[in-house]
Amino acid sequence: MNRQDNTPLAAALKRYREARIVPFDVPGHKHGKGNPELTAFLGQMVMDVDVNSMKPLDNLIHPVSVIKEAEELAAEAFGAKYCFFCVGGTTSAVQSMILSAVKTGEEIIMPRNVHRSAINSLILSGAKPVYVNPGVDDELGIPLGMDFSDIEAAINSHPTAKAVLVNNPTYYGICSDLRAIVKLAHERGMLVLADEAHGTQFYFNENLPVSAMEAGADMAAVSLHKSGGSLTQSSLLLAGENVNAGYLNAVINLTQTTSASYLLMSSLDISRRRLALFGKGISDTIIKTADYARDEIKKIGGYRAFTSKLKKKAGVYDFDSTKLSVNTLDIGLAGIEVYDKLRDEYDIQIEFGDIANFLCYISDGDRSRDIERLISALADIKRRHGKPERVRTLLKSEYIAPEAAMTPQSAFYAETTTLPIAETAGRISGEFVMCYPPGIPILAPGERITKEIIDYISYAKEKGSSLTGTQDMEVRLINVVA
Amino acid sequence: MEIWFSELHTPDVKLSIRVDKHIHSEESEFQRIDVFDSPEFGRFLTLDGYMMLTEKDEFIYHEMITHVAMASKPDVKKVLVIGAGDGGTLRELTRYPGIWHIDVAEIDERVVSVCKEYLEQTACGFYDNRVHMHFTDGLKYVRGKENFYDLIIVDSTDPFGPGEGLFTVEFYGNCENALADGGILINQHESPYYENDARACTRAHKRIKSVFENAFVYQAHIPTYPSGHWLFGFAGKGNITPFDFDKKAWESLGIKTRYYNTDIHTGAFALPTYVRELLET
Repeated sequence: MNRQDNTPLAAALKRYREARIVPFDVPGHKHGKGNPELTAFLGQMVMDVDVNSMKPLDNLIHPVSVIKEAEELAAEAFGAKYCFFCVGGTTSAVQSMILSAVKTGEEIIMPRNVHRSAINSLILSGAKPVYVNPGVDDELGIPLGMDFSDIEAAINSHPTAKAVLVNNPTYYGICSDLRAIVKLAHERGMLVLADEAHGTQFYFNENLPVSAMEAGADMAAVSLHKSGGSLTQSSLLLAGENVNAGYLNAVINLTQTTSASYLLMSSLDISRRRLALFGKGISDTIIKTADYARDEIKKIGGYRAFTSKLKKKAGVYDFDSTKLSVNTLDIGLAGIEVYDKLRDEYDIQIEFGDIANFLCYISDGDRSRDIERLISALADIKRRHGKPERVRTLLKSEYIAPEAAMTPQSAFYAETTTLPIAETAGRISGEFVMCYPPGIPILAPGERITKEIIDYISYAKEKGSSLTGTQDMEVRLINVVA
Repeated sequence: MEIWFSELHTPDVKLSIRVDKHIHSEESEFQRIDVFDSPEFGRFLTLDGYMMLTEKDEFIYHEMITHVAMASKPDVKKVLVIGAGDGGTLRELTRYPGIWHIDVAEIDERVVSVCKEYLEQTACGFYDNRVHMHFTDGLKYVRGKENFYDLIIVDSTDPFGPGEGLFTVEFYGNCENALADGGILINQHESPYYENDARACTRAHKRIKSVFENAFVYQAHIPTYPSGHWLFGFAGKGNITPFDFDKKAWESLGIKTRYYNTDIHTGAFALPTYVRELLET
């Protein structure tokens, strides 16, 4: 029998339920009997396996039996040396990965469009970021991948950096040349960390971009709960042979709960089995569904679904064809307007919309009749609400290389004062300023505010970009280091 | 020996019909299809266990889904029927010599085959040479059409199952686009009586009204459907309404019906107060 056919953790929970154990331990709902309202809402099965660590069910802090076996099977399924179950979302996996790789004062190379969780982990660790311009497609208004030559330049100018972080892929499905990055980084003694929040399917289909473990990366944070079918908040941290697993586990335990949810962990176990046994078929189905949707959306006209033709652009080494990203500018509606109409008028909830694009998450849970609804709704929105006469030009984005005056950590903990943005030239920012599109921070904590940056912020506002990140919702005021 | 077919109309109410013979059963790509013979209702068809038609009362549904629109708009030439796997709606439509062309978009070819084999009473409608079958998703089929049909009839299953896409704003919007000016959309509109059906009914009406300016609801009495009280929607693109129609013109066609007549036509739009209130919420 294929080892991957087993689900050791889920099987242990099943045995536990069948043994009809009398609980005099936490949780106090005691298999739901102590909270009938909650049991009625969630169902008896859920309450029966919402239990605490105990000998037959192992313990995530220090796994020795069924959790260990489940993690080993997951490592094998994803081609990793080690795998750690994470129950604090991929945020916790990304943070553990970064905290284990860089210490106070050490440098880490990362694209400017990293997820917030990565920059937050620098606040925790005290490490210094070295940002690489991800490049922007001004026509689509999205950040791309890192061009290899830009990574090479960053590595050459920061030879003592400890690690390189790569998005594999970005939210929009764009990949950098991970194999080449790994080769160069390893030659220079740097670790490669991959944020694979949206990359689960890469592990199971050779027609998709290369996965981090396949490319030889040292660690990868994989959101099994996004495209892998497990419950929200469950995630995997994968590690290769260069990683000290004991140390990594200690780092994970700095912030991870001591009462890990068995609902989340068993969902990882069962989803891993499903992917290991049927992953190729599942991802083939997703690609086929996304391709069909792209063809039908093209027939509607006006909408532009991203395709692998993006690969011709610099900064796009590969494209994840499971992602259904669509540009809406030619129908005269913002992506976010389409997103809102789909939900408010058509009862269809999609993943997100920005000024120029929207993204639908496709999985093998999509029925063809649901895809037909989505496409028909898009046709109807274009016909009833489209404003083709409204020509909209996006801002011409400009990459302003940040000047780090302090580490994110020291800026975050520094005394700050709030000033109108226009008056902050020369000061050090205590906050983020994010700009969508293209979804790249203009400022992060610890960075010097310049005249150029202030001008760019007002230009971005003028062009209708959405600015976020500051405590002031209008982004007129900003906290600066006092 | 007693064999009974039962359908739950709510978790607490069911309709049971004594079965003489279970004639056919299969699982198609989309749904389970069954045909039974019964002493009271004759032969009947169920999909996923839901009653679709019986030989004894199907005439009410098929006459009311067809003739109200045809009497309101006698010059209908091009018709699209969505669903209609049993052929009953086509049987009624093909009685009008003025119709040139009928497209049918039915998702499940097996339903048509089963009806052709076991339900001649309705399946006779498939054999008219004006009828053109398309085995595809109705929502997808209608998306590709613009300003073309004089009449669209949505002869669908319930909004919980393969037919659910046919109760959506995007479907009604694309139907409006597929209709020529002055065209009519007729849909089966569920029952106003039991809570779940009533919710579906309110929702469908609200969605139709968000797309069509002229949207009306009429009723019929169909014994084997939940509560027996069934609604249909009549939505017009442009000025067309069901009220100001030429009774004499329709009567002169000499179409013999058993439920529909020109008085029922007018009366069917007189709704009980609770139904009016339901539709206004």
